[in-house]
Amino acid sequence: MPISSQQAAEHFRHIRPRLLAFARLQLRESAAAEDAVQETLLTAFEKTSSFEGRSEFETWVFGILKFKILDHLRQQKKQGRWQPLNDSIDEDTLDRLFKSNGHWQPSARPHDWGEPEHILENQRFWQVFDACLIALPDSIARVFTLRELMGLSTQDICKELDITETNCWVILHRARLRLRACLDNGWIQ
Amino acid sequence: MLMCREATRLMSLKQDRALTFRERTALRIHLSMCSACRACARQFDLLHKIGEHHPAAPKSSTDGGGRYEPR
Repeated sequence: MPISSQQAAEHFRHIRPRLLAFARLQLRESAAAEDAVQETLLTAFEKTSSFEGRSEFETWVFGILKFKILDHLRQQKKQGRWQPLNDSIDEDTLDRLFKSNGHWQPSARPHDWGEPEHILENQRFWQVFDACLIALPDSIARVFTLRELMGLSTQDICKELDITETNCWVILHRARLRLRACLDNGWIQ
Repeated sequence: MLMCREATRLMSLKQDRALTFRERTALRIHLSMCSACRACARQFDLLHKIGEHHPAAPKSSTDGGGRYEPR
């Protein structure tokens, strides 16, 4: 049986905090995140009758949110609110982590984090992760979250951001190195 | 000879596209000798799973697939 609009409202209340948190991580502006979630709500309510069950509804609502987030990103970009992606700014990331001969700096050597299943269930890990993500420069975080949170291919990211795929790979490499270093400092020790 | 800095580049690239045979081999040899890079490789793999496991991310639906596709 299709879900009623009352049930849809209930489901929506239930997942709204996560929709908002998700949109904030990607858009990095509370107002824009609120707008994207609000627009998602409106779109979702027009079409609730085609859904059965909560998990299908949730997947579908997140799919709508993803489109709304991309719309907002395109607006930000069109309005010139993005700092240019300049990979030379971040050249020192690699110099901080590696010696000139290409080996790890002793202070930057990665430590073992233990079993992935345990880490992913650890609340503290996610708190530190979010803090580390927020600490990344906007331009680098945007590429990382488009790839790893929204699940876009690097090819699609190039189109959205007007950068080359090679540039995209370079930025993702920096983002991953910085995030893992930040997690090593903030969570493990 | 592949150094750690370059090895991390390949580990990162591996999350975004298939590595070539030559890249894969060079990385495998390096990882067999370097415990720091093995730890780093596991961490990059973990970061690649955040889309499915982040507390704010959509929970996997019963039909499988934690990632959602636009329709």
